[in-house]
Amino acid sequence: MSSQAHEHQPLGGRVLTLPFLICAALVAVAGVILFQRYTQGLAAASNLNDGYPWGIWVAIDVVIGSAFGCAGYVIALLCYILNRGEYHPLVRPAVLASLFGYGLAGLAVLVDLGRYWNFYHMMLPWYAQPNSVMLEVGLCVATYTLVLVVEFAPAFLERFGIEGLRAKLNRVLWVFIALGVLLPTMHQSSLGTMMVIVGHKLSPLWQSQMLPVFFLLTAILMGFAIVVWESVMASLNFRRPMETPVLSKLAGLMLVVASLFVVLRFVDLIVRGQIGQIFGGPQSGWFVAEMVLMISGLALLIPKANRNRSRALFLSASLLLAAGILYRLNVYLIGFTPAVGPWHYFPSVKEIMVTVGVFALEIALYLLFVKKLPVMHAVHPEHG
Amino acid sequence: MSKNMMSKNKTSGASVSRRGFLRNAVKGSAAAAAAACTTVVAAPPEANALQRPPKPLPPDAVGLLYDSTLCIGCKACVTACKEVNHMPPDVGAAQQGWNAGGGDKPIYDSPVELSAKTLNVIKAYSHGTGATKDAAENGFAFIKRQCLHCADPSCVSVCPVSAMTKDAKTGIVNHDPSACIGCRYCVLSCPFGVPKYDYNDAFGEIKKCQLCKQQLAKNELPGCADVCPTGATLFGRTEDLKAEAKRRTALKVGEYTHYPRGDIAGKVGGPRSGHEKLVEAAYQTHIYGEKELGGTQCLAVSAVPFDKLNLPTNVPENGYPTLSEGIQHTLYAGMIAPATVFAGLAYLAHRNTKNHTDE
Repeated sequence: MSSQAHEHQPLGGRVLTLPFLICAALVAVAGVILFQRYTQGLAAASNLNDGYPWGIWVAIDVVIGSAFGCAGYVIALLCYILNRGEYHPLVRPAVLASLFGYGLAGLAVLVDLGRYWNFYHMMLPWYAQPNSVMLEVGLCVATYTLVLVVEFAPAFLERFGIEGLRAKLNRVLWVFIALGVLLPTMHQSSLGTMMVIVGHKLSPLWQSQMLPVFFLLTAILMGFAIVVWESVMASLNFRRPMETPVLSKLAGLMLVVASLFVVLRFVDLIVRGQIGQIFGGPQSGWFVAEMVLMISGLALLIPKANRNRSRALFLSASLLLAAGILYRLNVYLIGFTPAVGPWHYFPSVKEIMVTVGVFALEIALYLLFVKKLPVMHAVHPEHG
Repeated sequence: MSKNMMSKNKTSGASVSRRGFLRNAVKGSAAAAAAACTTVVAAPPEANALQRPPKPLPPDAVGLLYDSTLCIGCKACVTACKEVNHMPPDVGAAQQGWNAGGGDKPIYDSPVELSAKTLNVIKAYSHGTGATKDAAENGFAFIKRQCLHCADPSCVSVCPVSAMTKDAKTGIVNHDPSACIGCRYCVLSCPFGVPKYDYNDAFGEIKKCQLCKQQLAKNELPGCADVCPTGATLFGRTEDLKAEAKRRTALKVGEYTHYPRGDIAGKVGGPRSGHEKLVEAAYQTHIYGEKELGGTQCLAVSAVPFDKLNLPTNVPENGYPTLSEGIQHTLYAGMIAPATVFAGLAYLAHRNTKNHTDE
């Protein structure tokens, strides 16, 4: 702990690696498609229609993408609010992942908005419509993205040796850390509340007043899972030692949150009298898939020994991530039926390529940042 | 494990009570969530603690009464709507090949569904031989689709930038494209599938019926009610229309009765003569829009059940905003809960960052 300034260090290495170039090419493809979208309208690049006005650009890029961005939220919660210092090495990579998760979710919103040039109306009080759940989500997400920038700023300031500002920032950082825990709690739950108003158009398998609780739980769960997932990936790809001892503690928390989710899901279905829907009701297969992923992911973590095995950890984190993804996709797309039909929606190839491009941009920027900025915890060679 | 990490573990591992705190926090929140779940979900819909009261209709709310038994499917209302609102023709997919227009060639307007080009449409139901008008079996019937102007509209509730608003006096649900950000949450949330967006326009707008408010301002009738030859579309105060709808649904087959045209009160657009007619098909007792989702200003009566006419039935009697806004207003009442949580978080973060010398 003697040399604080070198606690984190850039990974270094070549920037123009093959994965980076593949990501850059995918971003370029998305750029060409977006040119069509902005010159000819949404239909030129997507299969969006009036039955399904929200497609994968909302469901995946924003609703699921922002859950990927919950790594910073859960790690800040553990490290600074619950004062679990052992999670400290995970803070900067998690905050960076969140910054990209949220920043690109915001970018994806601009892709999807039909009248994007008016987007700033969300920030102007005289346009505000306080009953709108979306207004709360929008303002919260925008503020949180700024908070993430501030939370990540120490890495920048450290890299460029701006020590005076860094010291000043450190004195007020607690305000941003508190905001960085409050805001995701608010908007992640509200992402669930947003679908309450579609009422009967969402299958009773998912339509519930508990949507805000389930969205908060999946945000926390996916936050934990993405930390584990990223940590293992970084260890493998950058040949760093596994962070298994810290990760095994996270695994215990994942087990608790995933179990709570499954129990509450069934309690909710029983209390609402909709439990019969899981046996052959419409879309019940998607519910079963969601539960199989969730239960197999948490079951892997029940034997304590598994929580110390990086392979089991990785598999479990992948399953739980997939379960969270599918839950959110079910609520926003698969479980949704338009009021007056018939309407059909399946994303077009161009639409999918834009989503791929958004995630490719996220990966490319992440690779660039961890190589050039002090993000990763320093590893001493003699222990490496 | 790196030396660094071990030293970290040692410093924080010293406070064993923190682990207990974490465990208790998880247990506590689990118990709280479970309790919230049972109290909230177990409550019957009418006594739901989270639901805000429904919004009443303005006393002078205006709307339309559509009588499917009077409709002859002439679609004069569809044409009039296009003219009065300056809407472009909408060529159905099946007619694209020979009816796509181009240059100065005329285009035959053939909409089959509401769209960004069509604010009002007549659709037909048919069954079996389709021989008998207003019969569910081996018959056919018409239905008019346009905005119903809800008492408690979802589209107004969801709009983040007040582009969708409900007029306090007339109750008309208006849309202002200059405020709109094009998020299409109104399209998603409308329980009747009404607002539409133009996906083929780089600068597309949300479009929906605004009850020809520009015509009403000139004391003229909405286009559809103005041209309807049979009075199948009747304009008026919603309360008057509701009374007329009740009168009609109580009529028996074979009765001879009077059907007004234009404005039921004979004021807007000037007085018009109605007509006398035999009731030929038995009315359903269901008045569509009387109770659906908090009630709507536009109502419909029919001899064929409304689920056959592709309208959502089996919907609650309170608008969905009563619940979504109720949840939101409970959580964010006076911003007290978020402020309290923030205070707690800020205290902990302030105390705990002092222990961490960096970040």
